[in-house]
Amino acid sequence: MDNSVSTQNSLVSVQNLSFSRGNKKIFDDISLEFERGKVTAIMGPSGTGKTTLLKLIGGQLFPEQGTVIVDDNNVHRLRRSELYNLRKRMGMLFQSGALLTDMNVFDNVAFPLREHTHLPESMIRTLVLMKLQAVGLRGARDLMPNELSGGMARRIALARAIALDPMMIMYDEPFTGQDPISKGALVHLIKSLNTILGLTSIIVSHDVQETAAIADYIYVISEGKVVGQGTPKEIEQSESDWVQQFMNGTADGPVHFHYPAKDYVDDLLSTGKRYS
Amino acid sequence: MQHTSTQDTFVGLFVASGIVGLFFLALQVSNLSSFTEHDSYTVTARFENSGGLKVKSPVSSAGVKIGKVSAISFDPKTYESVVQLSIDKQYNTLPDDTTASVFTAGLLGEQYVNLEAGGSDEYLKDGGKIEITQSAIILEKALGQFLFKSAEEKK
Amino acid sequence: MIELLQNLGKNTRTGFTKLGRGTFFLLQIISGILSVLPRPRLLLNQMYSVGVLSFLIITISGLFVGMVLGLQGYYILSDFGAEETLGVMVAASLVRELGPVVSALLFAGRAGSALTAEIGLMKATEQLSGMEMMAVDPIKRIISPRFLAGLLSMPLLAALFSAVGIIGGQMVGSGLLGVDEGAYWSQMQANIDFQDDIINGVIKSIVFGFVASWIALFEGYDAIPTSEGVSRATTRTVVNSAFSILGLDFILTALMFGDN
Repeated sequence: MDNSVSTQNSLVSVQNLSFSRGNKKIFDDISLEFERGKVTAIMGPSGTGKTTLLKLIGGQLFPEQGTVIVDDNNVHRLRRSELYNLRKRMGMLFQSGALLTDMNVFDNVAFPLREHTHLPESMIRTLVLMKLQAVGLRGARDLMPNELSGGMARRIALARAIALDPMMIMYDEPFTGQDPISKGALVHLIKSLNTILGLTSIIVSHDVQETAAIADYIYVISEGKVVGQGTPKEIEQSESDWVQQFMNGTADGPVHFHYPAKDYVDDLLSTGKRYS
Repeated sequence: MQHTSTQDTFVGLFVASGIVGLFFLALQVSNLSSFTEHDSYTVTARFENSGGLKVKSPVSSAGVKIGKVSAISFDPKTYESVVQLSIDKQYNTLPDDTTASVFTAGLLGEQYVNLEAGGSDEYLKDGGKIEITQSAIILEKALGQFLFKSAEEKK
Repeated sequence: MIELLQNLGKNTRTGFTKLGRGTFFLLQIISGILSVLPRPRLLLNQMYSVGVLSFLIITISGLFVGMVLGLQGYYILSDFGAEETLGVMVAASLVRELGPVVSALLFAGRAGSALTAEIGLMKATEQLSGMEMMAVDPIKRIISPRFLAGLLSMPLLAALFSAVGIIGGQMVGSGLLGVDEGAYWSQMQANIDFQDDIINGVIKSIVFGFVASWIALFEGYDAIPTSEGVSRATTRTVVNSAFSILGLDFILTALMFGDN
């Protein structure tokens, strides 16, 4: 089987992808392109399966239909060892940071280096300190993960994600639950890593302002479909009501405030304990 | 992983004490130390009836355990029970006219083979035969005989 | 009625799929063991948390179980005037049954539940997923070393339990109740067989260690990644391990001591 598929400018290309969980269709025939060296954002409300998309790209989940191509490899056709080799070149930043709780910050950042390389310990030390310096937390190397704030944990995780000098990084909700200072620090970090290291970045987020500030291109997803795409400017001027509601954060609009339910008055007047 | 060396010490201690425990069970608790199959020799004894004797039943002489029963089989030609006794090598001076009998330890205890030394100058060798045997006393048989006898006397 | 049948069918189906997942998981663990061997450090760290941390509970429990056996055995045996066989009774019950079974139950409660909670929380906090994305196989890196540690620790723990228990029985029997110490040991040595009793006991403990570690790791790996899911998985580990250990004990006993 020939796994190489050429796509001109895209590092990651998602083609006609469908995925469902149980009876719920999470993605319905969507296609996305992520250009090399650019920051591409995927936006949409919570629960639209944005994290699922990253796991599909990383080959942790299998789609029902469609293909995912990363650096000319069809991710879901690769053999296990090939997939693992590809993953060494893909960094991923989990929402929680996903630091290993039984080792300190230094060992966490050193973890991928120790697992995948046979570098001498002195070299590993230098590399780890460089990565920690890049995220501004060289002084925190002896702390344990439970001693870190959420923002620090994410920055450590970022240092770990770039430890093997990957070609791309996927950020899963990097700004969620961060105070403004941490958010600012992360925005700055993502942008500078992207330009300095020439990384391709994929950001999954629902934080409109921060994402719009650093993204080169934005896809807006809702109910398994792409409802809007373009540069941040184009998205802002989008005529879609849905996109407008999402970008401006109004309570009611095409997405209703109320979860689907039967008529309010009927519901209050009915006596039954169970919904039949 | 800061306390790696203390952890290692504890793991070492744990494994060592576990192995000591295993050796304790093998040598102090079980019969492994008393004698093994290798340093024993086998002799055969034929009984008219070996009663409740089993493989691993003790073989003793003068009340001391000197071996165990290693096999019991039935000879279809002579209708006898063929019992193989494996005896510890250190007791290799049993005369070849030794008597083997099946005894019971106590009234209801387990059955064992008792060897009573004779007066010969020749010793039993590996693969040798004990010619003089005395069968197990079957309680029902003995009881039956006793009742029969006393009934006859009354007549 | 139909609903009942439907439920039964559904439970059977989910039970079977779980068994299937568990078996597949076990195969993955076993194939991962090979990659643990060149990295003894991973195994040593787990031997510490699985074995060393269970050491105290096992030895103390073993001591008390042995002492109780000495006491109870003495009262019963002295009715028949057979106090000298106290050593046989204590040793046989410990080496054949109580040693492997009770230490396996304690192991499941102490180490098994901790393993499930640890793996479940690693899953809930995306540590396993994160490891996979770093191209590190969590089965090889996390699960297999723990499995191997459980497998190696269990026979050692069971042997310790039995050994300490036998000494405890002797302390009570000849120290407190006046059974002759020589008779205690000599009767024991005359009647406990190395192959039939000791080796079979060790085989039992290896089987129990295998099953208890497998269940604990699988429940953790299969847990729903929420705090409730992990707490349920931990409970299931203890319950399922206890059932499996006791059930297997019956089967193994029937196989080992049946044709005597």
